Amino acid sequence: MSYLKRRKIINILALTISTLCAALGLILLFIILFDVLKEGMESLSFSIFTKDPAPPGREGGLRCAFLGQGLITLIAALVGVPIGVLGGTFLAEYGKDMKLTKFLGRLSDMAMSVPSIVIGAFVYAVLVLPLGGFNGWAGAAALAIIILPIIVRTTADMMSLVPAALREAAFALGASYHKVIVSVVWRSAMSGILTGILLALARVAGETAPLLFTSFNSNHFQLNLNQAVPSLTVSIYQYAASPYESWVKLAWAAAFVITVLVLFLNILGRVVVRLRTKN
Amino acid sequence: MFSVTLKNQIFKSMCAFSAVSVLLIVLGMLITLVVESFPALRHFGFLNFLTTADWNYSKEIFGALRPLTGTVISSIIALIAAVPVAVGTAIFLTELCPDKLRRPIGTAVELLAAIPSIIYGMWGLLVFAPFMEKYVEPVVSASLGNLPIIGNFFQANTQGGVGLLTASLVLAIMIIPFIASISRDAFNQVPDMLKESAYGLGATRWETLYQVVIPYSRNAMAGGIIIAMGRALGETMAVAYVIGNRHAPLDSIFSPYSTITSVMANEFNEAANLQMSSLFALALILFLANFLAIIAANRFLPAKK
Repeated sequence: MSYLKRRKIINILALTISTLCAALGLILLFIILFDVLKEGMESLSFSIFTKDPAPPGREGGLRCAFLGQGLITLIAALVGVPIGVLGGTFLAEYGKDMKLTKFLGRLSDMAMSVPSIVIGAFVYAVLVLPLGGFNGWAGAAALAIIILPIIVRTTADMMSLVPAALREAAFALGASYHKVIVSVVWRSAMSGILTGILLALARVAGETAPLLFTSFNSNHFQLNLNQAVPSLTVSIYQYAASPYESWVKLAWAAAFVITVLVLFLNILGRVVVRLRTKN
Repeated sequence: MFSVTLKNQIFKSMCAFSAVSVLLIVLGMLITLVVESFPALRHFGFLNFLTTADWNYSKEIFGALRPLTGTVISSIIALIAAVPVAVGTAIFLTELCPDKLRRPIGTAVELLAAIPSIIYGMWGLLVFAPFMEKYVEPVVSASLGNLPIIGNFFQANTQGGVGLLTASLVLAIMIIPFIASISRDAFNQVPDMLKESAYGLGATRWETLYQVVIPYSRNAMAGGIIIAMGRALGETMAVAYVIGNRHAPLDSIFSPYSTITSVMANEFNEAANLQMSSLFALALILFLANFLAIIAANRFLPAKK
């Protein structure tokens, strides 16, 4: 009897500890989210979107940083998304049975987990040193290198989920392989590929480390990609550690905007998948 | 007009080239890092670079020992703190949570894993570090600090709460959602039949978890934990703020210290010559360590279909 009792007590004890762990983890994470939302809401004003950075104490904003970060991310997407989708297509279709493909898939997994600061250092060596200074192209290249393997991997995974019978049906109608891929496989895998792209963008939207050594930051409204380009995340990095209250507030406001944006992109990605599976 | 076969050929070669571009980038990265770090590694010698503790600008002596140990220690502390909490969360989500809450809480955990690390770093600097200084450090140094021999290692210092332990804990919080999601997915893979058999034999919930569910998903969890460790090793923004980036011996767990990433983030833009090359050597070490971690993780993780 006491043996049974002991087992029951251990059971209750262990499950209680698990629940407490879950509570601790969730509470900590929600405290962070809450702090960012609270401080961000308090510091957020419309002028953050309409004004450029000002010296400490004066009311400034981060208009140029929003535009600069957006521009760099856009260029990174324009480069990284097509190459990533085509590369994933090769892995899932043309190169399906090649040994090289397995290796490339593994390699994408590894490339995905390369620390982003190492990517920043690499791009610094190949695009900043030779060109003589920080420039926006280098920042875009660093972000493109980060999204490329993510998109290769998700595209390949999503395309290999498309049933072979669909492809065979299209072949039977006399379509060439590229026609089959473009009009049948891509179409059926569209929502999955789109989700992969959204998640990749969400990942780079908040990246700071790869921009530190590449496009760096600028306090002026300048979108010339041959020079250092203003960046939202690098601004947060610099402002949050500054001793000036007005700058710290600006950093909270920017952190709020980025957090909301990243969460929005992630939720959008999930909605895209769910809408598709419902149809 | 292109003929159909030509179009097909062009499309195929575009795809092939895109796929190979990943390989080219990774190779390019490896070669660039080796080339850039060569001056430092030749000057100090590879083994000597790894075992030298000094990081001295005026003497031009740079060694990886402290940043390397900082990176390893902070990642290990982060894992020790995060794994129990994350696995507890996964157990709660798969076994204990009411059905209605399972999906929302699970999704929330996944979303939290997506929050950029700069946010964790900023929160660590502005909220968590002052908290550590005000509440945790005095208590710990008043109790553990009095122990003989190891007591010194728990002495508080007046650095605004910035230091090794603070950085490790911020890292831990950051990787909790990641490990929790992976463990939850692994637990969900366990066939119901197995669990029911355990219950049928009269096992309690905990016994089923401990003796059936966890052993069954051990490999997937190990793989996930190694990937999380890779993240912790290479994490920059969450660490750079709160570690203090101090090049001095580690005298207390609360002391400011340095990691590979904090040294890079703080010094890269002002470095030149030998220091710059040493920073590239640190990047190379991180790059290789990360590859080893992923290879190790792939041994555990079930093959993707």
